[in-house]
Amino acid sequence: MKKVNLEVNGKKVSKEVADHTVLSVFLREVLNLTGTHVGCDTSQCGACVVHVDGKSIKSCTALAADLDGSKVTTIEGLVKNGKMHPMQEAFKKEHGLQCGFCTPGMVMSAIDLLNHKKNPSDKEIRDWLEGNICRCTGYQNIVAAVKEAATKM
Amino acid sequence: MKTFNYHSTKDVKEATKLASSSSAFLAGGMTTLPSMKLGLASYKDIIDIKRIKKLSGIKVSGKTVTIGATTKHAEVAHSKEVKKAIPSLAALAEGIGDPQVRNRGTIGGSIANNDPSADYPSACIALNATIHTNNRKVSADKFFTGMFETSLKKGELIEAVEFQVPEKSCYKKYPNPASRYAIVGVYVAKHKSAVNVAVTGAKSCVYNDQNISGALSKSFSSSALDNVKISSSGMNSDVHASADYRANMVKIFAKKAVEAC
Ligand SMILES: Cc1cc2nc3c(=O)[nH]c(=O)nc-3n(C[C@H](O)[C@H](O)[C@H](O)COP(=O)(O)OP(=O)(O)OC[C@H]3O[C@@H](n4cnc5c(N)ncnc54)[C@H](O)[C@@H]3O)c2cc1C
Ligand code: FES
Ligand code: FES
Repeated sequence: MKKVNLEVNGKKVSKEVADHTVLSVFLREVLNLTGTHVGCDTSQCGACVVHVDGKSIKSCTALAADLDGSKVTTIEGLVKNGKMHPMQEAFKKEHGLQCGFCTPGMVMSAIDLLNHKKNPSDKEIRDWLEGNICRCTGYQNIVAAVKEAATKM
Repeated sequence: MKTFNYHSTKDVKEATKLASSSSAFLAGGMTTLPSMKLGLASYKDIIDIKRIKKLSGIKVSGKTVTIGATTKHAEVAHSKEVKKAIPSLAALAEGIGDPQVRNRGTIGGSIANNDPSADYPSACIALNATIHTNNRKVSADKFFTGMFETSLKKGELIEAVEFQVPEKSCYKKYPNPASRYAIVGVYVAKHKSAVNVAVTGAKSCVYNDQNISGALSKSFSSSALDNVKISSSGMNSDVHASADYRANMVKIFAKKAVEAC
């Protein structure tokens, strides 16, 4: 067992977990933050993307113990004063989701892109979302949503 | 995933001392963790080396670029110094997988794993790299020994990879549309004394194509390759591409790389 100290969505948490606990399991099963989805569980699909110390990573492929001392932001941490994040608003407005399974990862990944690049082109958005797979939308509206969010962020 | 003992280590000595026949070093974990989940590998001890300061960072001198083993692909891709000294190396790093893989995956993990379609092994061969481990220096042509095989001994730790700055170079790959691993990738580097043409993805292990490099040594132009024949013998054949297709791609991507040099 390992003691893991993290700051998750602004709150300090300290939990004792088995050594092989990955961050996605820590978030979903220990903290009950089930907004982070697990699709493939082997770092291919991007449904589990969260931010660790400001960078997007796949939470199914990082050990919680390895991230001890880090700041983690999940989809649940985006709402401010009851208002959705501009990226979430944009996904809603542009119909950037259907079933919603890939959406938390898409949103977290896209926010990381806009943190790097203010006004990405369609190609830059598509290249960036390379690691996020969507089986519903055909991506068109996801790209539109990221472009829309870029005008608001 | 089967459980294991996780060790976070602070220096090379501590990490290598913990190593045994049932341990693995953990860098980005992008290969190790999925393969443990899939039951392809299991270890008693996982030795995390990411907090060893000495293993991370980029140093550029006039003739060489040295990259610490735990330096992430994103750091190499965005490094102003690497972009200036060997632009093709930064571009190779930018083309690996996706942003989240690049935010975690490391150069040391990539070359230790020696996936037949990984990108970095081709850079090591093309740029006459020297691999620095905790107890020796190995040249790249002696390091990659076969499919997922290297000359690393059990418990030997890669500390850094030192690349030679070429006169000019370019890496071109035909990526697998899902993973971005190379179906075929060709890294051409023109050094003062010789031209290297490292090919990845085509065979079970990265190699320096002597036919292409021989032709380019005489005349460094894509037309010099018009009459070079690439044999498909020993080439991979799978759902992505047949051996003949790969052989053709090697030539096409070598030409593309030369043209973009
Ligand atoms: C979805 C996906 C897409 C990918 N696409 C590409 C691609 O397009 N091109 C490409 O080249 N790669 C690709 N990769 C591989 C990735 O870039 C990593 O480089 C690779 O997974 C290994 O690096 P790591 O740091 O994660 O190593 P780890 O998984 O931590 O380790 C891998 C192996 O190397 C050993 N090891 C690690 N560091 C050292 C060291 N310093 N000394 C000795 N042994 C060590 C470990 O013990 C282990 O056996 C992809 C991976 C994923 C998951
Ligand atoms: S669940 Fe993590 S990448 Fe698919
Ligand atoms: S909305 Fe269903 S997978 Fe993307």
